[in-house]
Formats: sequence, C-alpha cells, structure tokens
Amino acid sequence: MASSNYTQVVVPPGLGGQDRASRSGIWVGIFAITMSFAAFTSALYVRQGSGDGVHIVLPPILYANTIALLLSSFTIEMSRRGIAREVGPEALGLRRGTDWLVATLILGLAFVAGQYQAWRYLAAHGLYLATNSNSSFFYVFTAMHVLHLFGGIAALVYLIRRLVGVRRGFRQSLFDATAIYWHFMGVLWLYLLLVMSVRL
Amino acid sequence: MEEATVQPAHVHAPPEGFIRKHVFSLDHKVIGKQYYGLALVAVFMGMALSWLMRFHLVWPNTKVPGLNLLSSTGAPGGVITPEYYLSLMTMHGTLMVFFVLTNAPFAGFGNYFLPIQIGAEDMAFPRFNMMSFWITFIAFGVLVLAFFIPDGPPISGWTAYAPLSAVGKDAGPGLAWGQSLWAISIAIFCVGQLLGSLNFIATTLDLRTKGMTFMRMPICTWAWFITSAIGLLAFAVLLPACLLLLLDRMAGTSFFIPSGLVISDHLQNHAGGSPLLWQHLFWFFGHPEVYIAILPAVGIVSHVLITNMRKPLLSAKVIIYSMMSIGFLSWMVWGHHMFVSGMNPSSSLLFSFPTLTITIPATIITLIWLGSLYGANLQINAASLFALGFVSMFVSGGVSGFFLAQPSIDIYLHATYFVVGHFHMVMGVAAIFGILSGTYFWFPKMSGRMMNETLGKLHFWITFIGTYCIFMPFHYLGMAGNVRRYSSFVNDFMAPLMPVHKFISIAAFVTGAAQFIFLFNLIYSRFRGKPAPENPWHATSLEWSIPSPPPWNNFGGKHPVIYHDPYQYGVKGSKGDFVMQDSPEQA
Repeated sequence: MASSNYTQVVVPPGLGGQDRASRSGIWVGIFAITMSFAAFTSALYVRQGSGDGVHIVLPPILYANTIALLLSSFTIEMSRRGIAREVGPEALGLRRGTDWLVATLILGLAFVAGQYQAWRYLAAHGLYLATNSNSSFFYVFTAMHVLHLFGGIAALVYLIRRLVGVRRGFRQSLFDATAIYWHFMGVLWLYLLLVMSVRL
Repeated sequence: MEEATVQPAHVHAPPEGFIRKHVFSLDHKVIGKQYYGLALVAVFMGMALSWLMRFHLVWPNTKVPGLNLLSSTGAPGGVITPEYYLSLMTMHGTLMVFFVLTNAPFAGFGNYFLPIQIGAEDMAFPRFNMMSFWITFIAFGVLVLAFFIPDGPPISGWTAYAPLSAVGKDAGPGLAWGQSLWAISIAIFCVGQLLGSLNFIATTLDLRTKGMTFMRMPICTWAWFITSAIGLLAFAVLLPACLLLLLDRMAGTSFFIPSGLVISDHLQNHAGGSPLLWQHLFWFFGHPEVYIAILPAVGIVSHVLITNMRKPLLSAKVIIYSMMSIGFLSWMVWGHHMFVSGMNPSSSLLFSFPTLTITIPATIITLIWLGSLYGANLQINAASLFALGFVSMFVSGGVSGFFLAQPSIDIYLHATYFVVGHFHMVMGVAAIFGILSGTYFWFPKMSGRMMNETLGKLHFWITFIGTYCIFMPFHYLGMAGNVRRYSSFVNDFMAPLMPVHKFISIAAFVTGAAQFIFLFNLIYSRFRGKPAPENPWHATSLEWSIPSPPPWNNFGGKHPVIYHDPYQYGVKGSKGDFVMQDSPEQA
C-alpha cells in the first residue's frame, strides 16, 4: 500500500468536548460493566450459600487463552503508539500501527476460539450449563465476557477498515477509547479467572 | 472549576427527509419527544388497566363489555378472573414504573433539555441516543405482546418474585411465554437505559459551554445528571438478574429455584436455587429506581417553582447536595423491601437505619421549598400548581415511609394497602405531578405554542383532589388489615371495607377521566394553541434564550457564553426582574 494513503488518516485529539466525551464515555461504560459483573459475582456467592456446588476443574486451555488476551493488550498498545506517531517519513508509524492492530484482532479472535474450546472441553466431561450451579456460573461468566469482547472486536474491525479501506479516517480519541476498553477486557478476564479458580 | 470547551463542528449534519427528521432522528429534541410520546401511550394503557382492576375489585362478577376480545380465558364473557386481575396488576406496574416513570421525567425531558441547558448542540453520542430510544421502543413492544399471546401477561407482579416467575407454566397462567416476554422486555429496556445514562453523563461532563461550571447548571440538569449515575448502576444490575431469570426459565439452570419444589403436583426439576437472590438483585435495582423516577421530578419542580416565585431558592446548592445524598443512600436501603422475606432480623436493622436517614435530605429539600415559598409572590399557573401538588404528594407519601422503614411496623403493614398507598403517592403520583408540571412549563418551548391555562388548572384541581381521594384511604385500608394483591374482598372478612373500596374506585374513574382533559389540551394546543414567544415565563436558563421550538442545532451554530448561575431572579435586569444566564449584564 502506498504510504501516502496513510497520511492524515487519524485526527489527533483536540481540546474539543467530543474527544473528551469519547474518553469519559468509555470509562462510564466500563463502570457499568464492572457493576454488572459485580452483580454476577455476588449472585455466585449467594447461590453457593445453598451448599450444593460441585467443584469443577477449569479447562487448561483457559490459561493459554489468558496469555493470548494479555498479549493482545500489548499489541494494541504498540499500535496506539505507532498511530500516534502518524506524521513522519512515509508514515511508517501508522503502517506499523495498522499491523499491530491486525495482530490484536487475530489474538482477540484466537481468545474467542479458545473459549469455545473450553466450553467443548467441559461439555465433553458432561458439564453443561444446567448440570450444577458451578458449571452454570462458568458458562455465564465466560459467555458474558465473550459477549462484551465482541464489542471490542467490532471496534477493532471498524478501525482497521478505516485505516486500510476505501473510507478512511477516525478520531484518535476513538482509538484511545477502543484501547482502554480492550485493556479492560483483559483485566476483567483476569478477575473472572481468579474468581472461578477460587470459587468453582 | 475547569470550563468545558465546545466542539468545533456539530456532531451531526442537519437532518433531511421524514425518516431522519422524525423517526430515526439523531436530534436529542426529537428523541426526547419520542420518549415522552412513548410514556404518554404507556401511561394511558397503565391507567386503563388500573380502571379494570378498580372495577373488578368492587364489582367482581360484572361484565366488562368487549374485554373477552382481549383475552377469552382471562375474561371469559367479559368477567375478569382472579388470575387475570394479577396479570393486569403486573402489566400496570411494569408499564408505569419502567415505561412512564423512567421514560418521561428522565429520558424524555432530560434528552430534550439537558443539552440545551448546558449550551451543547446535541448529546455526546447521538447514535447511541437514537439506539437507546428504539431499544426502549422494542422493549415496550415485547412487553405489550404478552397481551396478545394465548398464555397472556404474567401474574407475578412488576417485581417478578422467584420462584413464581422462574418455574414456568405449572405455576399459573401467563407464566410460560408471558413471563419470558416480560423478562426479555426488561432486559432490553436495561440496555436502552444504560446507553441513555452513559450519554447523559458524558454530555454533562464534557459538552458544557464556556462559563457553564457545574454549579451554574440548573437544578434539573443536576437532577438528570445524578439520576443518570443512579440509572447506570441500577440497570447494570437488573440486566444480569433478568438474564439469570431467563436461564432458569429456558435453559434449566437453578439460580432462583430451590430444591424439592412441587407446583401443581409436579416436582420441579431444579435444585438449590435461592429465591432471596432474585429479591436482592431486583431490589438493588428497585429501590434506586424510586429515585430514578423522583429525582428528575424534584429537579423539574425546583426549576418551575423558582421561575414562578421570581426569587431564588433559599439554597440551590443544598438541594443539589441533598439530591446527591439521596442518590448515594439509595444504594444502602434495598433490604427494606425484604423485611418479611426471611432475611436475618439483624440485617433488617442495618437496612432500616439508612432508610430512615434518607428522610433527612428529603426533608431538607422540602423545607427549602417551603421556606422559599414563604413570602414569595408565587405566580399561579398550571405548571406552578402541579409543582405545588408535587410537594404535597412528596410530603404525604413520604411521611408514611417513616412507618414502613421500621421493621417492627412494616411486618404488620407490608402485605397491606398501606404500602400501595405509600408508594403510589411518593413515587407514582408525585413523579406524575412532576412530569405534568414540566409539561405545562416546557410545552411552549417544545411545540412553539402555549397550552390552555384554564383547562390546565381544571386538570390540576380534579387530579389533585382525586389522587388524595384514591390514595389516602389506601392507608386506612392497610391499617385495617386489608391485604393487597387480592382480586376480590366481597365474600370474606374484609367485606365491611367495601364502601371504602367503592369510594376509591369512583375517585379513580373520575381522576382518570380528568386526564383526557390534559390529553385534549396537549393535542389541541399543539395545533391551535396561541403561538409561544421565546421566553413566555421570563425565565433565565438557556432553553429560554432560543426560539420556540428550537432549531435543529439549538443555538444556530453559535456557542453561548455563561455569566451567571441560573437563578438571577428578583434583580433589576434590562428585560425585567431577571437576568438570563447568557447575558453579560451585571445583576
């Protein structure tokens, strides 16, 4: 791809309210999602008060998935730095930034595929959604996390299209918001993994 | 305080074509009116359901002509069955709480006026805003669909207590697909409200115009802002609760259904679930929901009262801080709905204390209103009358809260009409009075025409007297031991209370009929009302500095600069006894 196509693609963050609103908006959204998962967690604790939980062994692939998701946080950060250095000789930073972003998308999709494998693993061991309360919570936690991750994946696809597609250009603040959300997905996953290892 | 800077260009282009202008509009004003319109449809539906309930309570064996067409099983031959009474009650509560009390004062007026009052051209995320309305609209459609399926609407009440709501068709009519539609509808509704709340918060934080510091925002802007923070947390908890309920109903899980439950001679294939878990999750949303309904009304009423008193409140700041305290405390009191649910009695005490504490900021707000009214030259119009009516309802309904906040009294009163009277006055009718006050006040701005004042005052007096006639006797019925949720009392020990019920029903019919005066006024004034000037009430906040109705970009592409707090009344200004927020003149 010709380097000239990359120049002036990204509108750097200004002092405008719209840019700041994107950033506030993503934090507000993160706050709401945190609240939802707090509700799920308290549901787990209350439900386990019945004492009928059956311990389940977490599928080992979860740990590989965790590494993929944490790596993707690294790649999106590299992408952000590249894109922030958009202006330069042949917009090299922007091109590299795009590559890092594609890598983030691939890692994200790999995580989702890995989670699917985890569900198949549990099903192969006879543990379905309604088998017992612990398996119920496993499926609920992981599925809700993947559902939220799809939001991040949609944003990644949008940004990549706006970097290499026919219609180009987006605000830097939108990229920043996507990156913040993506990091949050990683943090949320670590939290869920911790809760599941301790309580399920 | 840091001043916000307005974005250089408008967030969306001028709308073109009917669809973009009126249906899938990105304009916050159109979306506000759509929310209001949806609430208007819902409130008349909810009111019709309450008429049917009041009719059945007093004349349980009398036919309602045509009702069998709506449900041949629920009302065979037009006579409402006890189960169908519960269906009507469920739908009445759900429509009113979600689609009226949340939609109109918060999403409706908030969408229309919050951006204008802070000097913004639109919400921060117009597409999210449009989505939030249409998601809410879909939620409404899904809920109403329950009327038209063979199963009928659910019978579990607007609180959908598990396990009744979780087990399915064995437990009664409406609990198969009807209850599922209810849970799907409320889950969708939560998504819409979350998007809306996110928008309100980001807009207030970041799109305030030059000079619009936080403390220069009108009280109603503050109320919407605080409410959006409450809504964000509350709906983020109700959504997971609804998802778990749906899983129990559709996927065979046991989050809320206990072991060994036998219903209609069928052992339920669930084990170990906790019915109290649903109540905890639901009321963690449910109590803050009361403030989602009432705080915007507090804001609107303060705004209307100040304008009509022609002088500032004793302290607008204290009202704002009190609203914040109410918002904060609202998270610590959900257990007071569960005093008789089998919680540990010690936890009852823990929930009782913050509940009683909430009366302090609520009383402070009321005293500021009353203290400010003292000696004020209050202008009497439909808007100010409804604002006064709100204060009256807020106090009358709030006082019974003192009783119910104490577990030892609540245990006696909880399952009686006392509670019905309490929450209808303090949350239902009070919020409706706030909505009506806001409607009479802002209609000229929204439509460009004045409403008919005579009809407005007539509407007020019938509604005001009527609601007292309906809901005060509820308290007496409750103290006499009249249980709630029963469909009929004619043949049992409560028969001596029937004259009171008859009185209430007649009052309900009359008061409900008076709402058609309002509807007529609304529609007639929209087309035939006197053209409204830019600032008919000589008010100071930004919405009155632009034409009625405002252009699509609110300020015509200009960015207002703010010089004053919003309540410069009783001063010598060039236009009269007030100085507008964006006027550089010194008060």
